[in-house]
Amino acid sequence: MAEVIRIVLSVVIVFTFVAVGVALFLVLMERKVSAWVQARIGPRHVGPYGALQTVADLLKLLQKEHILPAGADRLMFAAAPVVVAVAALLSYVVLPWGPGVIVRDLGVGVLYFTSVLSLEVVGILTAGWASNNKYALLGGLRSAAQMVSYELPLGFSILTVATITGTLSTVRMVEAQPYPWYTYPSVIVAGLVFLVAATAESNRIPFDLPEAESELVAGYFSEYSPLRFALFQLGEYGSLFATSALFVTLFLGGWRGPFELPLVGPVVDGIFWFLLKTYAVVFFFMWVRWTYPRFRIDQLLNVSWKLLLPVSLANLLLAGLLIAGSG
Amino acid sequence: MREVPLDWAYVAAFALLGSLLAALPFVVVWLLAPRSQYPQKRLTYESGVIPFGSAWAQFHVRYYLYGLVFLLFDIEVIFIYPWTVVLRQLGPLAFVEMLIFIVVLAVGLMYAWRKGALEWA
Repeated sequence: MAEVIRIVLSVVIVFTFVAVGVALFLVLMERKVSAWVQARIGPRHVGPYGALQTVADLLKLLQKEHILPAGADRLMFAAAPVVVAVAALLSYVVLPWGPGVIVRDLGVGVLYFTSVLSLEVVGILTAGWASNNKYALLGGLRSAAQMVSYELPLGFSILTVATITGTLSTVRMVEAQPYPWYTYPSVIVAGLVFLVAATAESNRIPFDLPEAESELVAGYFSEYSPLRFALFQLGEYGSLFATSALFVTLFLGGWRGPFELPLVGPVVDGIFWFLLKTYAVVFFFMWVRWTYPRFRIDQLLNVSWKLLLPVSLANLLLAGLLIAGSG
Repeated sequence: MREVPLDWAYVAAFALLGSLLAALPFVVVWLLAPRSQYPQKRLTYESGVIPFGSAWAQFHVRYYLYGLVFLLFDIEVIFIYPWTVVLRQLGPLAFVEMLIFIVVLAVGLMYAWRKGALEWA
């Protein structure tokens, strides 16, 4: 019974956080950061400093009509945004927010994380196919090619950390990290590969080919009207936050901070540092997005298959050699 | 409850309630949003002209090639996951075995590379 209450509570807390702290806040943050990079002001009329802009947007979306494009696959068209959003939500099960603060410390933590995040490509490909729109189909196919290509370097860099820490559980990965920083060079290489691959996995510039607006309208969600579009946004920003949180967990020491906050106790202290680091990584992704131009698709795939994949594979073997030799 | 089924109870709860959360706003839309559909409104977007044919046509085989090469490496990754956990206990022998496995696959990658499966043209 106690477990049932815990399950329900964790679902409520995490979903509330994803809706408010991730979807609504990150969209606003993206607009503010883009304005800052481009020397504009950004949203400022709704609420203090425009803070309620995305709330107003959401209320507007709720009142808009749904349009089913002619000739679309009705069931697939409706299911695709739900798959993308749920895949992003599922990844929050294994994020370690603080010491002992985790929904469920799965024994297969990072494997679970990568598998649910790669479900997202199923939703995106379905969306592109079901819309009966040529731009959407091209966006969906590009997305499939891109996401499967970058999943491999991402997986290998996660495996490098798993080799060194000897566990797949996200909690034990944080605990096993030496303070303040890894001394293995492999981890630094893995971290850089992870950053590049994560940018591509979340379909962001310079790897935003699936939704390249100047050539494909809006890519796989061209035909999606209000609320389903909002679900895609939820999925996109939800997975952006989750990937940044995984980066913090694997490479930046998770919930551990440079010093302890006075008076608040270890749990609040852990959550504070974890959120601070994660939002900093999210900011980094936004900064990159509004600074760089887009890759061409052949360049994009070459970076993955001919650079990142061999490098991350060799890096994994190097880490394995160190561990096997020391063990 | 035992430990492992409980793990997946959490995952199932997230999946089910997540789908519910994603479906719930549609009720609000159903209550609030206007509904008036006519054939012109439902036309798909094609830069403002009437769409030409269906989008469900043939597409280029190169997407399929990347998918195939990916499948190979994805299965490899699945084999490496358990290896990372036990490597410390099993020591050098396990490393050599994985090295042989990865080298075989790396030869496969080089073959695909030479054959031009990784070229976009």
